[in-house]
Amino acid sequence: MSLARPNRSALPGQLTPPVVTGNVLDVESLTVDYLTQRGRVRAVEDVSFSVDRGEFLGIVGESGCGKSTLLFAIAQLLTPPAEITGGRVLFKGTNLVGLTDSALATTRWRDMSVVMQSAMNALNPVKTIGSQFKDAMRAHGVRSPAEIADRSAEVLRMVGIDPLHLRSYPHQLSGGMRQRSMIAMAMLFTPELVIMDEPTSALDVVAQRSLMVQIKELQRQLGFAIIFVTHDMSLVSHFSDRLMVMYAGQVAELGPTRRVFDSPLHPYSAGLLEAFPSIRGPRVPLTGIPGSPPDLAQEAEGCRFAPRCPQVLDRCRTTTVPLYQVGGIQVRCLRREDGGDSRD
Amino acid sequence: MTDRVLPDRAAANGAQPQPAASNGDAADQPPLLQTDRLTRHFRIGGGLRRQTLHAVDEVSLSIGRREIVALAGESGSGKSTVARLLARVYNPTAGEIYFQGKPLSRLRSRTDLLSYRSDVPMVFQDPFSSINPVFRVSHGILRSLKLHRPELSRAERQQQAERIFETVGLIPPADVLQRFPHELSGGQRQRVGFAQALAMRPKLILADEPVSMLDVSIRIGLLNLMASLRDEEGVSILYITHDIASARYVADRLIIMYAGQVAESGPVEDVLASPRHPYTQLLLSAVPDPRAELTIGGQTDRGEPPKVVDPSPGCRFRWRCPLAIEQCHQVTPELVQLAPDHDAACHVAASGAEVKAF
Repeated sequence: MSLARPNRSALPGQLTPPVVTGNVLDVESLTVDYLTQRGRVRAVEDVSFSVDRGEFLGIVGESGCGKSTLLFAIAQLLTPPAEITGGRVLFKGTNLVGLTDSALATTRWRDMSVVMQSAMNALNPVKTIGSQFKDAMRAHGVRSPAEIADRSAEVLRMVGIDPLHLRSYPHQLSGGMRQRSMIAMAMLFTPELVIMDEPTSALDVVAQRSLMVQIKELQRQLGFAIIFVTHDMSLVSHFSDRLMVMYAGQVAELGPTRRVFDSPLHPYSAGLLEAFPSIRGPRVPLTGIPGSPPDLAQEAEGCRFAPRCPQVLDRCRTTTVPLYQVGGIQVRCLRREDGGDSRD
Repeated sequence: MTDRVLPDRAAANGAQPQPAASNGDAADQPPLLQTDRLTRHFRIGGGLRRQTLHAVDEVSLSIGRREIVALAGESGSGKSTVARLLARVYNPTAGEIYFQGKPLSRLRSRTDLLSYRSDVPMVFQDPFSSINPVFRVSHGILRSLKLHRPELSRAERQQQAERIFETVGLIPPADVLQRFPHELSGGQRQRVGFAQALAMRPKLILADEPVSMLDVSIRIGLLNLMASLRDEEGVSILYITHDIASARYVADRLIIMYAGQVAESGPVEDVLASPRHPYTQLLLSAVPDPRAELTIGGQTDRGEPPKVVDPSPGCRFRWRCPLAIEQCHQVTPELVQLAPDHDAACHVAASGAEVKAF
């Protein structure tokens, strides 16, 4: 079983690899419910998007907006009481929803890997980094010790860690190194899609920056697609190709990162952008977004952002808002109904 | 927020404290709090492998009245240890803390300590584990009112608690007081933390990363709260953070720590506009700023802050510093004033050369 995938590793140094055919991932009308004592809580509602080969998709939103649930649903990692109650997750054309664990086993980690928020919890504290790498490779049928050793050392070198640390335990590494070795582990089979759930949130700015640059560099070399979830919009601003803003389980806005940053169409995206201070330019008072996300257990009419929206209209409280297409951007806001630019 | 400008900063008598603070309550008031070569070491390992971890080494800083001082640095730089030293959770290995001109090492009686703790309370990083989950949120604040202000009657305590909750934006106060922590959001819980600190009518709040566990959209509300506590309640705040942008937003002065020492300190705008220490420049270059152009490439640092175990003399940043000269490997740089009220501990900067490391 060869690990080398020459068709992708041979890519020259360009930022976005050429589109081969089709998308790596198509999510269609995905809906996830939590069955709680208070009834159904719809954490993800009718979310559709696709991820192109080699694309970097950023997903942002506040805690509780359903972004982590969405990731878990894509990776088929949901456990009760969470349940996919509608929609499909097409990974290279195969619907993953409803597949058994054994059917998923070949895809997981080989073609699609997940980097979790806290590397300390994701790594086994009583095993060395190297033996955890070995476990993952053996699970996919790689038996030759030499091959395992070579590949393990290679992926660690890719993320800038001395292969010496294959013999280290997680506690012997710093937070940044742990997170980088998680990413190295995700690279073991050169997957086509890497899902990252706030991998940098436990790190400080310098480590965060160097990790982001490293992820982007790896993506450039290997050409995998990334879904990157974060609550810090500024973090992905320079790295993602497209940005999806989620609010209360729904897509609020989805479009090319630069355009969402330069002219956000949804008041929530605009609010998120206004929420963090800058280290440059004049010091201006900011307000953030007052209030907190709605309780999803309660069915509400109208736009879910209406109670916090600075530009709310009367209709917003009664009309269920669909996603509008506005010049290549999807946005869920009544003010964009006519497709025009009615910002004020 | 534009009205909070220079008068506050003028209250700080420079970042370089005078070790001789023995003049006590002289006519020119001493800073609210001042440390003189504050040092804390931890012994690690045992037997033959005994070593000393220098968590904080000779940190001298001062905090004026009605002033927010941001203490910034990477994890492991010793900034939380400084807060714990100031809160008297740890005793210093060496050095002294002066509060309103009086050395803390002289505080012996329980009453003195209690009164210091009510003057200088702490707000913790994690709002999910710093509030007792089995009590209503009124429990903590009513208790500290009872302990620190015994003259109040029960009804007055309730009234005070409601007033304080309103100050920190927990509205309606009477209702929120009756809730349990799990009924509140992270931002609300952190406001409870500030309310508990405020209950003691403090002079200085030690806020250890108070917003880093919160969502970006809620952070700004708490930063605004900190600014209004300074402007309206006259409280000083030591704001410990690794987020330079939020430090800039709320603080008057900025102190950058690296590996247990102060690397640079000064008025926040001066430090950010013309950082003198290479480490400050590294920190600034790492801050994501969507409004700026993308600049990947050039210098991207992959190093990590050192664990300072039995250090040899020399600048602790030298291994990551592209500008390090021979002197940096031999002599530990001292904080030198390079501009009015703006100090840096860097041999290269002190020599007058322009520092442009990152």
